[in-house]
Amino acid sequence: MKPLGSIRRSFAPWADPAAKPYIVFENVSKVFGDFTAVDDLSLSIYEREFFALLGASGCGKSTLLRMLAGFETPTRGRILLDGQDLVGIPPYRRPVNMMFQSYALFPHMSVEDNIAFGLKQEGMPKAEIAKRVTEMLRLVKLEAFAKRKPHQLSGGQRQRVALARSVAKRPKVLLLDEPLGALDKKLREETQFELMDLQQDLGLTFMVVTHDQEEAMTMSDRIAIMDKGKVCQVATPAEIYEAPNSRFVADFVGSVNLFEGTVARREGSAAVIEGEGITIDTDNGSDAPAGAKVWYAVRPEKIKVSARAPEVMGPNTAEGEVWDIAYLGDMTLIHVRLPDGRVVRTSQLNRQRVVEEPLTWNDRAWISFARDSGVVLTR
Amino acid sequence: MAVEAAEAKIAPVSGTGKVDGGGFIQAVTSRLVIAVPYFWLLLFFLVPFFIVVKISLSQTAIAIPPYTPVFTASDGPSGWWANVREFSFDNYLWLTQDALYFNAYVTSVIIAAISTVLTLLVGYPIAYGMARAPQSLRPVLLMLVILPFWTSFLIRVYAWIGILKPEGLLNQLLLSIGLFSQPLVILNTYTAIFIGIVYSYLPFMVLPLYASLEKMDNSLIEAAQDLGCTPTAAFWKITFPLSLPGVVAGALLVFIPAVGEFVIPDLLGGSQTLMIGRTLWSEFFANRDWPVSSAVAVILLIILVAPIMYFQRAQAQAQEAGR
Repeated sequence: MKPLGSIRRSFAPWADPAAKPYIVFENVSKVFGDFTAVDDLSLSIYEREFFALLGASGCGKSTLLRMLAGFETPTRGRILLDGQDLVGIPPYRRPVNMMFQSYALFPHMSVEDNIAFGLKQEGMPKAEIAKRVTEMLRLVKLEAFAKRKPHQLSGGQRQRVALARSVAKRPKVLLLDEPLGALDKKLREETQFELMDLQQDLGLTFMVVTHDQEEAMTMSDRIAIMDKGKVCQVATPAEIYEAPNSRFVADFVGSVNLFEGTVARREGSAAVIEGEGITIDTDNGSDAPAGAKVWYAVRPEKIKVSARAPEVMGPNTAEGEVWDIAYLGDMTLIHVRLPDGRVVRTSQLNRQRVVEEPLTWNDRAWISFARDSGVVLTR
Repeated sequence: MAVEAAEAKIAPVSGTGKVDGGGFIQAVTSRLVIAVPYFWLLLFFLVPFFIVVKISLSQTAIAIPPYTPVFTASDGPSGWWANVREFSFDNYLWLTQDALYFNAYVTSVIIAAISTVLTLLVGYPIAYGMARAPQSLRPVLLMLVILPFWTSFLIRVYAWIGILKPEGLLNQLLLSIGLFSQPLVILNTYTAIFIGIVYSYLPFMVLPLYASLEKMDNSLIEAAQDLGCTPTAAFWKITFPLSLPGVVAGALLVFIPAVGEFVIPDLLGGSQTLMIGRTLWSEFFANRDWPVSSAVAVILLIILVAPIMYFQRAQAQAQEAGR
């Protein structure tokens, strides 16, 4: 095990008010014709951070990345890198490099020429270029493929060449546009960890655009969830998952059950919410005042499903029937239909090989969750 | 009967593969499809070519047709053999003895080469502009490139006479804006030939160039710029090398017909122009020397086979690289 894991855990410059952000998007907008791709967006990214922009296609995340690379000019706002305003600087003079979604490897050049390309533009001495190229090839484990042309490589190998080419110049920031999008699932999982190790080893700032939430959760220090050109939430993966700030974020990342209701009582941070057919008693009451309309979001794995009625039908419990079961091996998804027709999604970890009284379709079932399992959302 | 024979010939081939009943018919059909272009080439290229070769080995004669020997069905095998023994390479020898032919070949190749370079210089920016134009505009631009073909080639070359002659449109314009005091002599010079060839063959250069530039991934240029290339450097290091198959195709499509070009040098180049197309024409029509003009044509073909073979090799390489 690398000792870096522990460093990673303590890495949280965004929580330190004295830390200076490395990349700053200041009220940036980008308008194409009558389409606003990026809408008055502000964002701070710190040095050596692995930052992910997550969102559905068309949410403006790629445009944001391309503005940082210099391929698009912001319609309004400023982009600062290490205190320097980047607007007006052409892409070939920016200390950032990009790894393209299509890899954009030069088809008429060998792997080593592709990697050396940026270094040659810099006017680096030949001997030094050769040394750097060898180093890069070792880094991405492609020493044996130096003389090959891109079309003689597999998808995974091409991805690694693209990566080597984009980090060869030691950019201050590496931009990755859907870096793993073209790989199959297994290769993608392996490469995720390789990318994280690489980022740690080189000490670079990574900004990655992805639509794959698992990828973003695995790799990044922080994630920005984007929708319609705006940032919905910027937080660590755990915060995004456990404390989403809106229904959109809760629903976008992972699976969620939303119970609509009104705040009946508040005591400090605790609140009681009267929902349809269920009373929710929670200690993460947000700041919604009594009488406010709210949504209580609970992740499926935090809901317990039981075949027996609890002794007291208190708050945070409801009765229903098993509507759907999906056995996935490590866990089982059980959908419970409440009397009013709403379906509650739950997932149960299969801790035991053999369950004596397994639930089956149309069985009576009782769901319950603890006071701290969910969050109250006001929007 | 013929069908049976065809089947018998194909059956063992299909038997070696995993070809079932439906596959057999498919195999026959696919062979038929390939046979059509081969048959076409055999009938309309190879057979006429051998007729030309045969005439080039004959002797000129005052007769109809104007050469001997003439093969007729009534001669019988022994007569044909006697005819074959009359063949000689005298006409080819003759081509080496008169410097006129050698000079005509060399001049034609040089004129064609210069014209090809000029066409490339004019055509590349056009193709590049078309490939970078908005998607919606490209079909229109493509149409504009092809549009001159709607008018007869001959009429378009005649039109250039009207433009280039001493009292023509170009000179009127240049004189009226006071750029020159004397009309420029363009018509009946090599310049006029270059203008004519570049104008006439431009679409053959633009279309393959456009095809190779248009399919190029723009992210390659962005990647080059991202790695520190100015837009100019990115053009020379990425765009141009990747468009080379188009450059080669366009250059050959211009060079090959330009070498044998007759109409343009005849109409625009004046009487002193020494190009092989004109030499061939005057041997054939003015001298009525079919055997010598056939020999001229055969040698011309041999000269042109070299670039064609180079072209095919370049194509094969491009396909290899594209895989």
